[in-house]
Amino acid sequence: MHPTDFTIRGALEALSEGIVSSEALTAAHLEAIAALNPRLNAFVTVTAERAMEAARASDARRANGIAGRLEGVPLAIKDLFCTEGVRTTAASRILGEFVPPYESTVTANLLRDGAVFLGKANLDEFAMGSSNATSAFGEVENPWKRGNDDGTRLVPGGSSGGSAAAVAARLAMGATATDTGGSIRQPAAFCGIAGMKPTYGRCSRFGVVAFASSLDTPGPVARTVEDCALLLESMAGHDPRDATSAKVAVPDFAAACARGVKGLRIGVPREYRLEGMPDEIEALWSQGLDWLRAEGAEIVDISLPHTKYALPTYYIVAPAEASSNLARYDGVRFGQRVDGADLKDLYERTRAAGFGAEVKRRIMIGTYVLSAGYYDAYYVRAQRVRALIKRDFDEAFRDVDAIVTPATPSAAFAAGEKQDDPVAMYLNDVFTVTANLAGIPGLAVPAGFDRQGLPLGLQVLGRDFDEETVFAVGTAIEHAAKLTALPQVRAFA
Amino acid sequence: MSLDLKTVRRVASLARLHLEEGEDARLQAELNGILGWIEQLQAVDVSGVEPLSGGGGTAMPMREDVVTDGGRAEAVLGNAPDRAGAFFAVPKVVE
Repeated sequence: MHPTDFTIRGALEALSEGIVSSEALTAAHLEAIAALNPRLNAFVTVTAERAMEAARASDARRANGIAGRLEGVPLAIKDLFCTEGVRTTAASRILGEFVPPYESTVTANLLRDGAVFLGKANLDEFAMGSSNATSAFGEVENPWKRGNDDGTRLVPGGSSGGSAAAVAARLAMGATATDTGGSIRQPAAFCGIAGMKPTYGRCSRFGVVAFASSLDTPGPVARTVEDCALLLESMAGHDPRDATSAKVAVPDFAAACARGVKGLRIGVPREYRLEGMPDEIEALWSQGLDWLRAEGAEIVDISLPHTKYALPTYYIVAPAEASSNLARYDGVRFGQRVDGADLKDLYERTRAAGFGAEVKRRIMIGTYVLSAGYYDAYYVRAQRVRALIKRDFDEAFRDVDAIVTPATPSAAFAAGEKQDDPVAMYLNDVFTVTANLAGIPGLAVPAGFDRQGLPLGLQVLGRDFDEETVFAVGTAIEHAAKLTALPQVRAFA
Repeated sequence: MSLDLKTVRRVASLARLHLEEGEDARLQAELNGILGWIEQLQAVDVSGVEPLSGGGGTAMPMREDVVTDGGRAEAVLGNAPDRAGAFFAVPKVVE
């Protein structure tokens, strides 16, 4: 066994027993990054020296009897989280060489608990995308290959594509990610790992580059559900610097993983059975429900009638908020600047040069739906439909404890596919976006493979601030699935 | 609702995005594709439904109206593309 093969839980045990040091774990991951990152492009920035220093400091703390809950665990940080003294790009040209003078709350919490940061993970520009193709730092390759490998490069999903690819290929034990419409769960499913979007308000957004503030949710990706629980416990908690951060106690999420599902009522929404959905995904879904039934859960048919309106609602709400949030990039206070004839020309040329095509599209849509004369017809109407989507979930959760659906409508697709039609790309998030609109927690858990050997995931949705039940259901699926296949591209393979 | 070229240019100006030659026509086609797809929301009966602006559902908390941060001009100016002493510098706006 190589140090990069540890789960976080396993590494913490090995560290506490003195079988391995954080220095050795960190060095092994950095070696794997040096070998594979030129191909996978999962990291935008590798902070090797800082990581080794942090690992040695962690080992010294542990030797002195002080061990945080993630003491010595090497992680990747999505390059949307501000890290003090380390360039933060949001995978956009417009931020230039921006070096934050402060640390995001989520990463500060992880550092407080002893985690070691390996570097900053690639993503779609400003987290806008479902394939990591919109990054100004280039595409990320999915470490999984089709069984009949014809050399096709597959996308890792997005927007947290670098985080998911790094964890799947064992370049990091876990990673931070963010989810605005599915950006944790879709890449986790495409890369065969677990990813948790917690309840809105569970993790602080302070220091996370804003995309759509009422939807943006930081959360973890890792190779097991329990590892996600361990990471979330550290990342979560009330933060006075985020007005939407919830004053809710952080429970022992890892303990909840082992609760089992006996007696739980699991909802199966009929509206998630899409026309033209691959039969493999349909079969995986049925299999997952059978596993839960065998463990003592009761499976209940439910209806979420406004599901089909979730994506179009999202594509009004998210661009509207994005157009406001991204107004700050004007070439004056930080980031890239392109000079112009006057101040307005400076703004316009800076933004034209700094933003990529997808970001510009969304700024344009957002500006339009917020503009005079269209605000009520588009934006306010979308907010009303959003209320109906939330009401659907509220009613469903009066009857069931959790909901299980497929995580994505397909396995990972090839690089270059779906690039010409924005709406086809948006459909990737059809199963995930509802949880963002309603604010509820959602977990992607690896559950099987398609005929070509590519990972497929199931999604578990839960009530507001009931991540514990979500973790319990996810763990039951994970244990029943007993997956052993590994991605073809991985550390020390 | 379908966007004409004039509206595309007006929205780009509101969004402070400089458009290159031909970019307005490309954006027009893309935006109309997206807006056409969004149009299906008009079919939803939303009468009597209060708009929902965010997740979580909790009211914004109040806090003491006191200064909690500040006095860090160097850190704030550290990433400025152009500065003059303790100020951000921009092209002349008033003749």
